[in-house]
Amino acid sequence: MREFLEMGGYAAYVWPAYGAALATMLGLLAASLASARARRRELAALEGRGRTRRPHRPGAAAAEDGHDAEAP
Amino acid sequence: MHRFANPARFMRIAEAGLPWIAAGSAGCVAAGLYFGLVASPPDYQQGETVRIMYVHVPSAWMAMFVYALLAAASAGFLVWRHPLADVAARAAAPIGAGFTAMALVTGALWGQPMWGTWWVWDARLTSVLILFFLYLGHIALTGAFDEPERGARAGALLALVGAVNLPVIKFSVDWWNTLHQPASLARLDGPAIHSSMLTPLLLMALGFLLYFLAVLTVRMRALLLARRIRALRLAGTG
Repeated sequence: MREFLEMGGYAAYVWPAYGAALATMLGLLAASLASARARRRELAALEGRGRTRRPHRPGAAAAEDGHDAEAP
Repeated sequence: MHRFANPARFMRIAEAGLPWIAAGSAGCVAAGLYFGLVASPPDYQQGETVRIMYVHVPSAWMAMFVYALLAAASAGFLVWRHPLADVAARAAAPIGAGFTAMALVTGALWGQPMWGTWWVWDARLTSVLILFFLYLGHIALTGAFDEPERGARAGALLALVGAVNLPVIKFSVDWWNTLHQPASLARLDGPAIHSSMLTPLLLMALGFLLYFLAVLTVRMRALLLARRIRALRLAGTG
């Protein structure tokens, strides 16, 4: 185990390389998931507000992107 | 083809595949780490530092692959004005920038023990640094306009012009004298690499590709939701 961690004396190069790659990929994944979650919440709040303020127009938003209505 | 150009249908298909793609990515990377760090031998010249290859080379491949996709999506946007092409380009750029940064950082960590320097201004390294700046430029440019359509067009033009950099990166090691070694896999006489090292390399490459597809799906979903939010806001104020 100790020998494995020492990487033949190159531990100071091998492990930071793997660490930097892992940190970049996990960071990007977390940021992307957080952004999708935030947009979902924002849209739900917006659609909920619109419904109470004025009559619901299902065609208005869906036509923009050819999107399905996602809110229940 | 046009069946998949409907954003709602496209996202439904992409998100149905997402758990499988994510699981496949995790599995490939886990197997790649095992074969790369444990089950493969050190290199007879480079010793244990050769293990950096298993993250460095797939990162560099993905950096170029994602840019090729960005350029293709940009061409598709300029020709057909399809919003999904713009969304794909915007979603892909930060992931490509991430892979390029990974290739540069792991390359420096490999260069220091093997070449005696972190960085050298030779053709391969410089052209990959330019690739990184192209990604950053695309991200900045597409976000710089109040009107998304104009940002999309400007970003698409930048991505297409920058595509000339791709063959420069690929052939830089053949066209110029460089410290960077030439290709070991894409050779006419077959790969010059032993299967014990080829296995983890290809596993990591596949894992990175599936990771890209998974994160691309998540980012495209977020951007499509943002478009709808914008449309609703405009409809509300107008």
